[in-house]
Amino acid sequence: MIEARKLTVTHREQVLLHRVSLKLTPGKITGLVGESGSGKSLTALAMIGLLPPGMSVEGMIDMQGRNLVGLPESVLAGIRGKRISMIFQEPMTALNPLMSIGEQVAEALHLHEGLDHKTALARARERLDRVGLTAPRFPLSLYPHELSGGQRQRVAIALAISRRPDLLIADEPTTALDVTTQAQILDLLRGLVRDEGMALLFITHDLAVVASLADEVAVMQRGAIVEQGPTEPLFRAPQHSYTRDLLAAARSMPRLILSAPSPALLEVEAVSRSYGLGRSRQTGPTPRIKAVDRVSLTIHEGEAVGLVGESGCGKSTLTRLILGLDMPEGGTIRLAGQNIRAGRKIPAALRARMQVVFQDPFGSFDPRWTVERLVAEPFHLTGRPRDWRERVAEALYDVGITGDALRRHIHEFSGGQRQRIALARALIIRPSLIVLDEAVSALDLRVRTQVLELLARLRVRHKLSYLFISHDLSVVRQVTDRVLIMRQGQIVESGPTARVMDAPEHSYTRELLAATLQIPDKYVG
Amino acid sequence: MRLSLFLGFLLAGLALFAAGLSLIWTPYDVTQLAVTQKLRPPSAAHWLGTDHLGRDMFSMIMVGARTSIAVALVAVGIGMGIGVPLGLAAAADRGGWLDEIIMRANDLIFAFPSLVIAILITAALGPSAVNAIIAIGIFNIPVFARVTRGSALPIWTLDYIRAARVAGKGMARISLQHVLPNIANVLIVQATIQFSLGILAEAGLSYVGLGAQPPTPSWGRMLAEAQTMASLAPHVAIVPGLAILLTVLGLNLLGDGLRDALDPRLRGAR
Repeated sequence: MIEARKLTVTHREQVLLHRVSLKLTPGKITGLVGESGSGKSLTALAMIGLLPPGMSVEGMIDMQGRNLVGLPESVLAGIRGKRISMIFQEPMTALNPLMSIGEQVAEALHLHEGLDHKTALARARERLDRVGLTAPRFPLSLYPHELSGGQRQRVAIALAISRRPDLLIADEPTTALDVTTQAQILDLLRGLVRDEGMALLFITHDLAVVASLADEVAVMQRGAIVEQGPTEPLFRAPQHSYTRDLLAAARSMPRLILSAPSPALLEVEAVSRSYGLGRSRQTGPTPRIKAVDRVSLTIHEGEAVGLVGESGCGKSTLTRLILGLDMPEGGTIRLAGQNIRAGRKIPAALRARMQVVFQDPFGSFDPRWTVERLVAEPFHLTGRPRDWRERVAEALYDVGITGDALRRHIHEFSGGQRQRIALARALIIRPSLIVLDEAVSALDLRVRTQVLELLARLRVRHKLSYLFISHDLSVVRQVTDRVLIMRQGQIVESGPTARVMDAPEHSYTRELLAATLQIPDKYVG
Repeated sequence: MRLSLFLGFLLAGLALFAAGLSLIWTPYDVTQLAVTQKLRPPSAAHWLGTDHLGRDMFSMIMVGARTSIAVALVAVGIGMGIGVPLGLAAAADRGGWLDEIIMRANDLIFAFPSLVIAILITAALGPSAVNAIIAIGIFNIPVFARVTRGSALPIWTLDYIRAARVAGKGMARISLQHVLPNIANVLIVQATIQFSLGILAEAGLSYVGLGAQPPTPSWGRMLAEAQTMASLAPHVAIVPGLAILLTVLGLNLLGDGLRDALDPRLRGAR
């Protein structure tokens, strides 16, 4: 039994965690939910004794009668890995790219358990088998770059559990993974907790994940736990208003707008694009991968179309082709009846009918420009009207950004505000089509709901068409009329969103739907 | 402010101040010979002593600073003026033929030992400060081209560049509006370091007689002339040597300090 009691973390007068208490029982999974900046990761770091320098901790971490707070680093180092272990969101950076996976798992055993090299390797084999990387297909000699994201996360888990810790802390371990991979990793963690009898502290922003995995849930807001308890009662009858807000956001559905039949706006016909795979020194043709393979799709005026697929399915390449940032090798793309060719050859008037919003609210803006200048950038296509400042202010007002935003820089805004500004930038020249490339994926739940509602409103007001690209079926269900499912460069299924979701025809669609987690109906109070 | 940045500012500022001051005032006229006063050790009249022709060393160092800084500054200007646009173009055309041509041409220049070629150039064109500038400047071009390309490439993968392309902007405009401002800090740091290397190179060329010609004082030539006197009057060798050492050290510290101060990644790591 490991218990945090009244854990308070301060950094220069500023209280970052306030009296956090958590009880972690062996064989049980505790979910720690909250939005970004709520202190979830800080709680984890405090428990494992890895807080950044300059932060001070008060309170108590009771590990079988021993208080870990205030222990010297040398003692804590012995406890980390052995008693408490941790896995992170990004599996690539958690592994050493220059060491084979077998050596990495064996190293910890060799160094700390004093096993000789051969025994350590044998134990590493057994641990890797346990996390699903079984012998013939996954030899110990593989390197991290030879594995997919999900497989790397499995190696990270094998590393974390190699010394059979009492507590495993998982900080958003599936957030960077595809839905089908996420389902597998969650299964694995569930099985490990059951078989090894360890306690698991699972940190996530995703309520659906917690609902399907955790025995107990703690909800964090602004550095404090506002509510905790067994999962089902907490979901069924949340006590705290913040929890209710979160759950409402998770369940909200913007009202669906059904578009009347209208002429085609974007027509993509049998478009293909392939890439060479690496630079091979050997003679002979370099292997090529078909990123987009004879894809056809049509978006009508005023229609919202979803494009769903997992990473590597070719949806990013398709987006680039549609936006005219890359040349297709075959096929045609027409916007409002006119051909799109990559590069500067696209007439400005045609290009102005199409704008884009990207996923990353941090990378989408030049950090050195003011908001006014950023939002006005697409005027490059149409020429800057005399009243451009009013137009910028109007566009910002449209997306709900008011006040003195114009002269400020982008770092002064939150993720949700940035996505709104990105929308304002897309809207400023009144395009017909907006490509939303994972535009809400990086946002917290409540903010995501607000942005989705905003998108629905804007669509009606400005008669917009959306191409909504996402890996998340539940988001697509909320905002699109039609959906396309993409896999390995091809569209495997398409149709009205409701039909595809309720009666999928292709086996891959069924697989995706099965892997998409939702808060179970029985949890709805 | 960190110590290295402070020391760097101090030393580089001192050299700059001396050079600036020498334009309007020096304790003695450096073209005035006074053979009777030759090789005097430092004294109240001559703070750093006199050389073998009786010239005041302090005045010589001040004017020498002007020569060194002018040569290095213009050479860095040439390197940046040509290298940065080339690097930006190469990054914008990543993997294309323009990129290949620019970078292979850079490799070609890099393949030659710089000081030897600089000697060749000044030997062919005749020794003068202008030719030293050209020789040093040419070798600054590939340095800036590479640094520019290297720091511009990751910028090109960011979404705001894609957004600018969707806004119909061409490669040149994006390079100027988005890429250049975001790599400016890297270039400033590199410029400081190239500046110190330029001062060293100028001293080296002057030492072998291929830099600024007499009667213009130069630190490198002061060292060369002191060579035979070093045992008689050590100060004639030590003074210009120290001037070079401290200026170069100062500029390097300044470069390092600026790198730390301007790079947000290093700022957090402290």
